[in-house]
Amino acid sequence: MKKKSYEKIVYAAMRFTTYLIILIIAYIIIEIVWNGAAALSVEFLTDSPKQSGAAGGIFPAIIGTLYLVTGTICIALPLGMASALYLSEYAAVGRLTNTIRLAIITLAGVPSIVFGLFGLGLFVIFLNFGTSILAGSLTLACLILPTIIVSSEEALRTVPQSLREGSLALGATKWQTIYKNVLPYSVPGMITGSILGVGRAAGETAPILLTAAAFFLPKLPNSIFDPVMALPYHLYVLATQHPDAAKVRPMQYGTALVLLLMVLGINLVAILIRRHFRKRYRW
Amino acid sequence: MVKVIDLKSKTKTKVSVSNLDFYYNTVQALFDITIDVPANQVTALIGPSGCGKSTFLRTLNRMNDIIPATRCEGKILIDDKDIYDTSTDVVALRKMVGMVFQKSNPFPKSIFDNIAYGPRIHGINKQSELSGIVERSLDRSGLLNEVKDRLHKSALELSGGQQQRLCIARALAVDPEILLMDEPASALDPQATMKIEELIDELRKDYTIIIVTHNMQQAARVSDFTAFFYEGKLIEFGETQKVFTKPKKKHTEDYVTGRFG
Repeated sequence: MKKKSYEKIVYAAMRFTTYLIILIIAYIIIEIVWNGAAALSVEFLTDSPKQSGAAGGIFPAIIGTLYLVTGTICIALPLGMASALYLSEYAAVGRLTNTIRLAIITLAGVPSIVFGLFGLGLFVIFLNFGTSILAGSLTLACLILPTIIVSSEEALRTVPQSLREGSLALGATKWQTIYKNVLPYSVPGMITGSILGVGRAAGETAPILLTAAAFFLPKLPNSIFDPVMALPYHLYVLATQHPDAAKVRPMQYGTALVLLLMVLGINLVAILIRRHFRKRYRW
Repeated sequence: MVKVIDLKSKTKTKVSVSNLDFYYNTVQALFDITIDVPANQVTALIGPSGCGKSTFLRTLNRMNDIIPATRCEGKILIDDKDIYDTSTDVVALRKMVGMVFQKSNPFPKSIFDNIAYGPRIHGINKQSELSGIVERSLDRSGLLNEVKDRLHKSALELSGGQQQRLCIARALAVDPEILLMDEPASALDPQATMKIEELIDELRKDYTIIIVTHNMQQAARVSDFTAFFYEGKLIEFGETQKVFTKPKKKHTEDYVTGRFG
C-alpha cells in the first residue's frame, strides 16, 4: 500500500514538471503575443525607428537580421559540411579525430559572449573588417559550426554503408562514391540541421553586440563591410538603454514578437525540407 | 545436376592465390591460402560462419581495403598480374572484378540510373549508349521483361529477388570478367533463389564466377569447383562432384554430410 502511494507521488511529480515546462513556454509566448500584437502594424514593419526607438518601426533591424542570417549560413554551411565529410568519410579513427571531436563539443559549450570577443579580436580588429555584416556573420558562423558539423555527421551516418560498398565495388573512386551516392541522400538532412542552427544564431545578441550591430542607423547597409541593426540587439537596446522605459515597452514586445516569428519561420522551413526529402529517400 | 568435368581440359587459371594471409588488426583471419581459380567456371566457397570465406572473397577485389587496420600478405594474381602491387589501379581492378553482396543494395535511384551508375562513372555519358548497356545488362540478368516498362521507376519498388538480379545487372554493366557473389541468395525465398541459380548457370559461359554460399545444395547445384574453408584455412579444393562425393579430408566429409556447421 505504501509502495503504491509512493509510486503515485513520483508519477505526479514527473507529470507536474513536464506540465511546468509547457506552462513556462506558454506564458512567454502569450505574454509576447498579447503585448506585441498591439505594436504590430504596417508602419512598425516597414519604417525606421524614431525618437530612439520609442516610435516608428523596426524595418532596418529586420533586414539586418536577415542579412546576418544569410551571411552566417553561407559561411557556416560549406565549412561545416566539409568538416563533417572529412570526419565521417575520410579521417582515420584515432587520437587526432578524437581530439577534433572533443574540440567541436567544447566549441558548442563556449558562451556566446566569448565568441563575440573572439570575433571582435579576430574579424573586427585584426582582419580589419570593422563592425560589419561580414564580421558578424563570421562570428555567428563560428557559433553554430558545431551544430552544423554534428547534424551533418548525423545525416551522413544515416546513409547505409552498403550503398558506399556497392558504388566502390563498381570501380567508383571514393570521391565519386561520396559525390554521387552519399551526398545526394544526406544533403537534405545537413541543410535541415544547419537551418535549425541558424535559427539559434538569429536570436543571439552577444556575438553581434561587439562585431556587427549598430544602435541606430538612418539607412540600410550598402555592403558587407557596413554595420547593421539587428532584432535581438535592438531589443536589448530598447530594454536597457532607453531613458523612458514605459514608453518603449510596446516597441519592445513588438520586436520580440517579430524575432520570435522569424525564428519560428526559419525552423518551419527546416521542417518542411526534412518532410519533403524524407518521403523521397527510403531504404 | 552436378556437372562432370574433366579437370585436365580446364587448364586456364584466372585467379592465382598463393600463401595469402589476412589480418584484421592483430587477428589473423586467413592462413596461407593457396588456390588456383579456373577461368569461366563457377567456384563455390563453402564453410561454417566465420571461416574466412567472405574475407577471402573480398580480398579478390580489394574491398577489404576500405576496412581500417586490415593487412594482407601473400600474392593474388589475376591474369598473371599482382593485384596488391603498388602499381595496381584499384578502380580498374574493381571494374574487372564485379561484386554482388549478400544483402541486395540497390541505390535509391531509378532502375535505369542504377544500371547506368557504373558506366557513367567510367565516362560513358551518351544517352543512346547508356540505354544500350542498360538493356543488355537487364536482359542478361533476366530482368528485362519484368521491368522494361518501368525503367525510370525507383529500384526500391522491386521485390527482393528482383533487387538482387538488378544488382547483378548493375555489376554486369561495367563489363567485368570475374563476378564475386557473397551469399547472393541467402535472403531470398526458394523461387527467387532458383532464378538466381539459373542466372549463374547462364553467366558461367562468359564470366569467372566465385560464389560464397552457406547452402550446400546450392554449392552442389551451381558450381563446377568447390573450396572448403575452415577456421581461416583452405581445407580442400577440387571439382564439386569429388568434394561432395569423395572428399579427401575427413573434415570436409563431416561438413558436407552435415555432421557440423
